[in-house]
Amino acid sequence: MSVAITLDNVTLSYARHPAVHHVSGIFTRGSLTAITGPNGAGKSTLLKAIAGLLPLDEGRITFEGADRTAIAYLPQIAQFERDFPLSVMHLVVTGFWQKAGGFSAITPKMKERAKEALAAVGLTGLEDRTLTQLSAGQFQRALFARIIVQDAPLILLDEPFTSIDNDTTTHLLAVIRDWHRQGRTVISVLHEMDRIRRHFPSCLLLARECIAWDSPQTALAPEQLEAARFFHAPESGEGEICTQAV
Amino acid sequence: MIFSHLLIDPFINHDFMRRALVSCLAIALSGAPLGVFLTLRRMALAGDALSHAILPGVAVAFFCCGLSTLAMALGGIIAGCIVALISAALTRYTSLKEDASFTGIFLISLALGVMIVSLHGNSDELVHMLFGDALKITEISFKLIVGISTFSLLLLAAIYRSLVMECFDAGYLHISGGRGALIHSLFLILVVLSLVSAFQALGTLMALGIILLPAIAARFWTHTIDTMIALSMLGSFAASLAGLLFSYHLGVPSAAAIVLCAGALYLISVLFGTHDSVLAHFLPRRHFAS
Repeated sequence: MSVAITLDNVTLSYARHPAVHHVSGIFTRGSLTAITGPNGAGKSTLLKAIAGLLPLDEGRITFEGADRTAIAYLPQIAQFERDFPLSVMHLVVTGFWQKAGGFSAITPKMKERAKEALAAVGLTGLEDRTLTQLSAGQFQRALFARIIVQDAPLILLDEPFTSIDNDTTTHLLAVIRDWHRQGRTVISVLHEMDRIRRHFPSCLLLARECIAWDSPQTALAPEQLEAARFFHAPESGEGEICTQAV
Repeated sequence: MIFSHLLIDPFINHDFMRRALVSCLAIALSGAPLGVFLTLRRMALAGDALSHAILPGVAVAFFCCGLSTLAMALGGIIAGCIVALISAALTRYTSLKEDASFTGIFLISLALGVMIVSLHGNSDELVHMLFGDALKITEISFKLIVGISTFSLLLLAAIYRSLVMECFDAGYLHISGGRGALIHSLFLILVVLSLVSAFQALGTLMALGIILLPAIAARFWTHTIDTMIALSMLGSFAASLAGLLFSYHLGVPSAAAIVLCAGALYLISVLFGTHDSVLAHFLPRRHFAS
């Protein structure tokens, strides 16, 4: 059920600008890791590369125990057109793509599982709502339900709590803890330092390069954050998150 | 009696009216769903470029083979596919935004087409290609329209689920092993095919109207994609029917009449639709029963 991912000297660029330099390390089987760092540090870029959505400039990413098709990837919510004309049920059953593909029927059993997933994220009874009728929090819950349905051993989340209300965040953190308990490997890009310290056993502090990759207590120690802060992102200029935490 | 005299008799009495009606039904069934996907992908402008791109191809075929329906259709399909490829490459490899490159392409295509037709034909033929005439569809055009529409509907049905996924969440489709680029290319080919089929009845300038206007109108009445497609088919056919009758009774150009009817449908929807219309904006928001 679980996967280990090895990054070997991974170097990436985004829109032909260098974004991540020479990152090496291992996400161990069943680990729960937060990737954090200042804006423009390359967090999302690294996640996309692991998901196979971006080509590597240099280095290798290897999967042990599964291949790329075993990934559930959650993009930032801003990437979705939230007025797309689908129902909540439609959205969740797309999680069965691996099994049903472009042609096979969605079986009653699959629908049953989709309902259970919706119950697990607290959206019982909203199956027939259209996506436009959902708040940002409900939309994110529906996307989490899709991940539950995908039943993937490796789960990648890109800023899952940005612009999401507190209740939803608490609920979805519990879902993430369940995934961790089930032995899945979970990697999430996150901003909030406190949340990482409280809920994530492992943390990768990224500022174009790997600053620290350890338990949050060590990785988010003041001197590490100071090191990350000296990185200057071309767009944002300053590493606001690190400043906040220090 | 007046009802049947105005609405039904024209189709009972005249072969060309029946042919026009069935052609428009075929175009509505195959074209309107593509219109829905064009709006969902924010590719309305790309559709515009493709519809104009057909003209130079048709014109070259006309230049070489005269008024041969098949040659002109083939010319249109080839030109449309070439332009679809060029525009995809332009947006991918240059910094030009999609709307700018498409606008560039459609202006050039239109001018080029008009130039080529004028070299060989007269202004009547040019007007026919630009604006068509649904009341003068020949036997062979008719078969072509129905044939293309049938093929196009079947192909759309085959790629439907993938296409919806590709529109909504292309990254997810990619990770799950779906073939997004292939689906996108097939979709563009479908659009070209249905534009060529609509061109037979409405000309290159009007063809997109019957595909796109009912689709945009449908967005103001529902938030689910299947209902949206059904409504756009219905709207497209209703506009065609009304347009044909106006054209028959009042002697006005058929393509313009059909597109204007579709336009009326669009305006009514924008103003009074149940979802996100001007009216809905001013009415208190309905409480959703859960």
